Amino acid sequence: MRNKILVAVALLSGLYLIRNLYYILLVLPDEAAQGAIYRILYFHLPGWITSFTAYFCAAVASIWYLVKRDQRADEFAVAFTEVGVIFTMLGLATGMVWARIIWGVWWVWDPRLTWAFVCWLTYMGYLMLRGTIDEPGQRARIASVVSLFAFVSVVITYKSIDWWRTQHPGAVLSFRTGEQRIDPAMENMLFHNMVALVAFAGVLMMLRLGQERMQRELDALRRQAHSL
Amino acid sequence: MDERNFQYMFYGFAAAWCLLAVYLVTLVGRESKLRKEVDNLKRMIEEREKKG
Repeated sequence: MRNKILVAVALLSGLYLIRNLYYILLVLPDEAAQGAIYRILYFHLPGWITSFTAYFCAAVASIWYLVKRDQRADEFAVAFTEVGVIFTMLGLATGMVWARIIWGVWWVWDPRLTWAFVCWLTYMGYLMLRGTIDEPGQRARIASVVSLFAFVSVVITYKSIDWWRTQHPGAVLSFRTGEQRIDPAMENMLFHNMVALVAFAGVLMMLRLGQERMQRELDALRRQAHSL
Repeated sequence: MDERNFQYMFYGFAAAWCLLAVYLVTLVGRESKLRKEVDNLKRMIEEREKKG
């Protein structure tokens, strides 16, 4: 049953992404100054929102673990974090391609980009740290604390477009600015792609969660095999 | 569609889709490897228990 739901959501989110791609490439109006490259925004921004959502869920799962000592919470935390890291990479990669054309360089060390990079490094560190601790309880406890510290970088990265006025463009979505800064059709498509990417991220997360459970079963079987 | 910078837009889209596709393939590969390991261990434990 779980697998059937997973396949259904994967198919629906895939179809939704293809439908969005059609609108992004063939229906939406052009941006006056940037040419076709502005269309990267439809993946860049939703990619970041998806990764922030995943990190937020990971932080909630980490608090849940620290309060309840429930191993399942740790499984959720690692699954959300890994998917978040992938979408952070998506945000960074698409941003770099856009910057190459608009700024003439792939990367600049301005506070907004630097914090995005720090955010990615911090969560990569979280994933690497987990691989270095064998005892599951200790691993979950330390990882939960690190996850909460890492979430500070998410908050700073999210707020960096308000706090620092640098080379990176400021906020464009109306719920952040309180006014309509981009064409409503363009903003609408950003929300559509956000929903599609979050749904797809949910599928990836459930797949990763299944593996974490399988890994726990494998550890238990190994202990059983050693005791025989 | 305005075709200025179309090539780089294509690179950006390709990077995004490739990243997701590679991760999905990695996840599927990892799952089948784990499943195989679990099945092997279960079989081994069953055999040991029969012998014991």
